[in-house]
Amino acid sequence: MTEQKEHKHEPNFLEYQGKHRGLMGWLTSTDHKRIGLMYFYAMMTFFLSGVIMGLLMKFELISPGQQIMGAQTYNGLFTVHGLTMIFLFVIPGVAAVFGNLFLPIMIGAKDVSFPRLNLFSWYLYILGAIIVITSQFMGSGPPDTGWTFYAPYSLKTNTNVVAAVTGAFILGFSSILTGLNFLVTMHRLRAPGMGWMRMPIFCWTLYGTGWIQLLATPVVGITFLMVIAERTLGIGFFDPALGGDPILYQHLFWIYSHPAVYIMILPAMGVITEIMVTFSRKTVFGYSAMLVSSMAIAFVGYFVWGHHMFTSGMSSTARWVFSFITFLVAIPSAIKVFNWTATLYKGSINLQTPFFWALGFIFVFMIGGFSGLVLGSLATDIHVHDTAFVVAHFHYIVFGGTGFAFFAALHYWYPKIYGKVYNGKIANIGLVIFFIGFNLLYFPMFYLGMVGMPRRYYDYLPQFTTPNIISTVGSWIMVTGLLIVIINLLKARKGSGKEINDPWDGKTLEWTIASPPILENFEEIPVVDHEAYDYK
Amino acid sequence: MSEDKNHIVPYKDHLLVLFLLISLTVITVAVTSIELGPYNTAAAMVIASVKAVIVLLYFMHLKFDNKIYKIMTTIVLMIFAAVVLITFFDYLYR
Amino acid sequence: MENTTTHHADLHRDDTAAKIGMWLFIFTEILLFGGMFIVYSVYRFRNPVAFHLAHEELSIPIGLLNTVILLVSSATVAISISAIQKSDKKVALISLMITLLLALTFLVNKYFEWGAKFEHGMYPGSELMKNLGHGDMLFFSLYFFMTGLHAVHIIVGMVLLSVSLYKVNNGAINSGRYALLENSGLYWHLVDLIWIFLFPLFYLIH
Repeated sequence: MTEQKEHKHEPNFLEYQGKHRGLMGWLTSTDHKRIGLMYFYAMMTFFLSGVIMGLLMKFELISPGQQIMGAQTYNGLFTVHGLTMIFLFVIPGVAAVFGNLFLPIMIGAKDVSFPRLNLFSWYLYILGAIIVITSQFMGSGPPDTGWTFYAPYSLKTNTNVVAAVTGAFILGFSSILTGLNFLVTMHRLRAPGMGWMRMPIFCWTLYGTGWIQLLATPVVGITFLMVIAERTLGIGFFDPALGGDPILYQHLFWIYSHPAVYIMILPAMGVITEIMVTFSRKTVFGYSAMLVSSMAIAFVGYFVWGHHMFTSGMSSTARWVFSFITFLVAIPSAIKVFNWTATLYKGSINLQTPFFWALGFIFVFMIGGFSGLVLGSLATDIHVHDTAFVVAHFHYIVFGGTGFAFFAALHYWYPKIYGKVYNGKIANIGLVIFFIGFNLLYFPMFYLGMVGMPRRYYDYLPQFTTPNIISTVGSWIMVTGLLIVIINLLKARKGSGKEINDPWDGKTLEWTIASPPILENFEEIPVVDHEAYDYK
Repeated sequence: MSEDKNHIVPYKDHLLVLFLLISLTVITVAVTSIELGPYNTAAAMVIASVKAVIVLLYFMHLKFDNKIYKIMTTIVLMIFAAVVLITFFDYLYR
Repeated sequence: MENTTTHHADLHRDDTAAKIGMWLFIFTEILLFGGMFIVYSVYRFRNPVAFHLAHEELSIPIGLLNTVILLVSSATVAISISAIQKSDKKVALISLMITLLLALTFLVNKYFEWGAKFEHGMYPGSELMKNLGHGDMLFFSLYFFMTGLHAVHIIVGMVLLSVSLYKVNNGAINSGRYALLENSGLYWHLVDLIWIFLFPLFYLIH
């Protein structure tokens, strides 16, 4: 192809020189791919520090009694672990990294609609992260409220809640602006012929996510502002001693934080769809069912927040209403799992690393989803509420879901981002070790919760010892797998590159351009004349 | 470039809308100063909503702009209403 | 080959994208205030009598005056957009200046309204407020918080409108290019929209 030859003259986005060179060339770049990578590097740093905190907590729990830390340290640690993982890794996660890297390319655009706003969002993200992190070291110690900041304890504790909440507020603002940018981009910058119904499913999931970011995040923003006002000005909003209602705080918090789960999981589902399609070499089963279920998850997910509060003292009417809507949201999620497996049927399956990650995702997501139904039913929830069962459940969904999809996406698009190929065999070994460790780490917690071990304690009764040891050993195995995966990718980055633009025979637009892509992605804006996944 | 047809609203229409809005404000004050029992709040909220719709349609051009803005605004307001309604499933029955 | 990081974004401008972006931002703002309206309605539902008694501390004439001020200023912004579409620069400038003047008047009124409360020892964190009954306390907390945040939005709106005014004056905003003015106007109407609900909720409780 003559076009391929021309690409060689254009420097790719990793190499080109703008007004500034070196690091400044990245920090001032409005190129969506560079911004995506900057999110990626920042996020991996936070993720790994969160992992270390998790390891420390698991080590504390290896046997009853105090091992390496006391109660207050443990309280600070699970709060900071939660804050880091939720606000700095999984909520921006797949959307900010892979959405930024590939959304414009997948719809045939040169960049997002507001490139400078995009860079501004990244700076807000970093600013929020710095504030959250410094809150751990300044003032009177790390917040010990849990990442939920439940009133009235968050209003009374002497620890550094105001700083942490301010950081979370800024991170929310960053998230809103990213969502806004993506929505406008999809409305305005689709290439000629790229109709709404021709967008890859990943774009549709980002569309749903964008709306949730836009409509849910401000609610928690204002709630955090109220907490700050209450702590600094001494006025009452949620403090029962001043007439406030702490349950109202929980309502407002979960009005955001439940949809936030869908901010994390929807783009992850989009990634899995892309991978399932590419590695089955067959178009997706039920394109419209896939996008309708994405929108349905985004929409219904907005009204289920109360299932976090079944034991908080809500009215019983509210409880069954929330329980009912919670079961409704299982339907579109199940449609997705059904469609992924149906996509495999009669496909010519290509057994490669991203595909294995996607299968791993489906497995852990199913376990997470089913345990979610246990928590969504009123009677069983009361039994396992605030136990290790809940911890196991949301790690299967949040870490198992978003985390697996994140690494699936990384392995899927790695050759496109860097123009390098990683060692597939080592990647697979790392994945298997990671997968085994993951299940050893979290599955015993289901059992522990069922038999009554509460969450958020640094100590436990002696009869819980054996499953806890299994879980701690699992955490070591999982981290070993994680390290193998990361080191393998780092080595590939240094290795020699092969000129492969389409290693997996993908049909979406990013596989039609050079690896790594050039500055504005396309030599010429493509004209799209086929459906999203055009396998003959 | 804007593909939307630019509908230019005459000055007179803006002043007419303004007159309507101010009249509605005065009516609200009047209505809430007489005794209607529980209907006072309802009346005040209905009038406020009417005023909000007028502002959205005329001052914010929803009436003349591309339909997409109207659709999006309606959906957002409905979602918010649903959130309020569901919150009150708790407080009404506690 | 020349490649710069900054210029490629400006090669083509897209007014419609800017407008969609502004509307999406307005939705975010609606939900931001929406969260506070939820808090307000829950607490009013739980403390009807206290809210009724507390609201009598607020002056209806001042609230009414401020409502009319904001409504007029919304109309003048709308007029300025019509004017710029007709290339009637003079009317656009005058109506924008009137808008800014009215916005300032609104803030001055607010200052005196709050100032009078402060003089009586009624401000967030004061002894007087801490000793109030629960319902009254919640009413005034919400009053200061919601009208305060609204005032912040007024100030942001004034900044946007001042920039628009400046650009109308030097011709950067004209009948072929007025997205900034249009979007600033949308933002200003949002500020008005919120006040339309704040006024009856705080001043006109029966």
